[in-house]
Amino acid sequence: MTAVLKAQGLGKRYRRRWALTDCTLDIPAGQVVGLVGPNGAGKTTLLHIAAGLLQPTAGTIEVLGTRPPATSAQLARVGFVAQDAPTYRGLTVAEHLHLGASLNPGWDAAMASDRIESLGLDPRQRAGKLSGGQRAQLALTVALAKRPELLLLDEPVASLDPLARREFLQGLMQAVVDQRLSVVLSSHLVADLERVCDYLIVLVASRVQVAGEVEHLLATHHLLTGPRRNPARLPEGQHVISASHTDRQTTLTVRTDAPIHDPAWVVSPIGLEDLVLAYMSRTAAAASRPELEVQR
Amino acid sequence: MIWLTWRQFRTQTVTAAGLLAVLAIAFAVTGPQLVHLYDTTVVPCHVQHDCPFAVGAFQSQDSFLQDLVRLVMLAAPALIGIFWGAPLIAHELEAGTQRLAWMQSVTRFRWLAVKLSLAGLASMAVAGLLSLMVTWWFSPFDRVGPGGRLDPGVFSDRGIVPVGYAAFAFALGVTAGLLIHRTVPAMAVTIAVFAAVETVFALRVRFHLIPPVRLDSALNMQWVTETGTGGPAGPGSFFVGITPNLPGAWIGSSHVTTAAGSISLGRTPAACGPNAAYSACTATIARMHLREVLVYQPASRFWAFQWYETAIYLALAFALAGFCVWWVRRRVS
Repeated sequence: MTAVLKAQGLGKRYRRRWALTDCTLDIPAGQVVGLVGPNGAGKTTLLHIAAGLLQPTAGTIEVLGTRPPATSAQLARVGFVAQDAPTYRGLTVAEHLHLGASLNPGWDAAMASDRIESLGLDPRQRAGKLSGGQRAQLALTVALAKRPELLLLDEPVASLDPLARREFLQGLMQAVVDQRLSVVLSSHLVADLERVCDYLIVLVASRVQVAGEVEHLLATHHLLTGPRRNPARLPEGQHVISASHTDRQTTLTVRTDAPIHDPAWVVSPIGLEDLVLAYMSRTAAAASRPELEVQR
Repeated sequence: MIWLTWRQFRTQTVTAAGLLAVLAIAFAVTGPQLVHLYDTTVVPCHVQHDCPFAVGAFQSQDSFLQDLVRLVMLAAPALIGIFWGAPLIAHELEAGTQRLAWMQSVTRFRWLAVKLSLAGLASMAVAGLLSLMVTWWFSPFDRVGPGGRLDPGVFSDRGIVPVGYAAFAFALGVTAGLLIHRTVPAMAVTIAVFAAVETVFALRVRFHLIPPVRLDSALNMQWVTETGTGGPAGPGSFFVGITPNLPGAWIGSSHVTTAAGSISLGRTPAACGPNAAYSACTATIARMHLREVLVYQPASRFWAFQWYETAIYLALAFALAGFCVWWVRRRVS
């Protein structure tokens, strides 16, 4: 399978601060990729580099086999909805579609107008008067109707209420099935991504902590509970992601490819949310604690 | 891209066209009357020997509209820079809509190039039309003076220089918006920088664009308009003031010197004392073999100055536009 996004040692520095450090990724095509991490972890920076809006300071990146951004041919293949789904306040819904049609050679006008109609949006409505959810849907429609191969969405549902959130993700999934596109969407909420993603990247404190297919991640991570002991003395091949202790008990999140045979442990499967939290808290303990916004 | 530019720029264009139309109507109503008045009062004044009165009366015609037009011409390039230039990109950066625009299948280069050229050409067209109308309407006034068309207050409102100013102010506004990312501060910077550049250019640069004519000859007694004690050479020194009769010329400096070239004319002769007759004084001055040294630009150079200045402002505008293109491709996200 070809890679939609391939990064090698990718980094971006703003003055003194590194927003993204040593990011190496190889995302296969045809996946819905969740990019999760706390606010300020570098999700937006990574997506902007992939979209060609930012130049990396270090490393290389290839999107759909080419370095972004450069040509209009490359732009036609990548759709992007930025955070808060920017739209032109003074332009109507219909004018946004006209904008898309006049700026994209591969514009699918029928699909765009069908989508607007099924969403129940009034084409004569100005974008400034739309609700947050409707604006996000309009921005998604513009991004989808140019028929991209890869769709990048930066916090698409962050500002939406739960109902609009579900409708947006449903619409997205429908489009993924219809158009067979690859999607990378970021969120600071695992719950948003859990239902839609089949590939996950955890980005904390400007570094990629873990990346892989969701199924594989869940199969190789385990929650171990047992009598209190030092987590440093685990067999080789078992990596402790997070550890917590009470007086008598130790709970570990462990990554390992091999099965765990030690009878002292009670091994239980781990949920995606706990897995992500384990990676976030690990970095939090290692460095200064990043701001965690986790909805339970 | 052309459609989007037009759609975003529609309101400003319609507003500018409306204002131009209002001014055109005002000119169309008053202009022919001015020409008629000029032909019937100023032209025959030599015959009737009442030229100072006729010219004075003519100059005060439509004085409100004259002042208004001077104000409009002073403000127009700055307004173009503020309301067309500064928001062009800053508005997008403020709302984050460049992230929508730049992710369509159009490169940033084309996005900016189309916006810059369409809005820039519109700015120049508005300034050009405005200047055309103003130059026509003011032409009877310009023929009677007091200064010529090279006079700094007149020169910048006539001919083709307003086109250069508009292009420069527009590009300056775009650049400020691009660097500052905020519309209102960009507007403030635009007006401050534009006013500074225009003032320095008019006061310090323009006169030296073409090497001025230097006239060094025996004092022409016809030009002497005043005598006294004091003046440039010092408080106790004799002083002769001249008003050169060079119609429409832009006088850079004028001095009366001794035959040896010194600007110090010595003590005031008795014949030119406070109680002496003026005719005795002029006779004395004529015997002193004074010289006049003038540095000036003749009126015939009006169009040469217009072309030079327009070319310089257009070059500045193009340089700024080039910088914007480079910056958008390299730096902004």
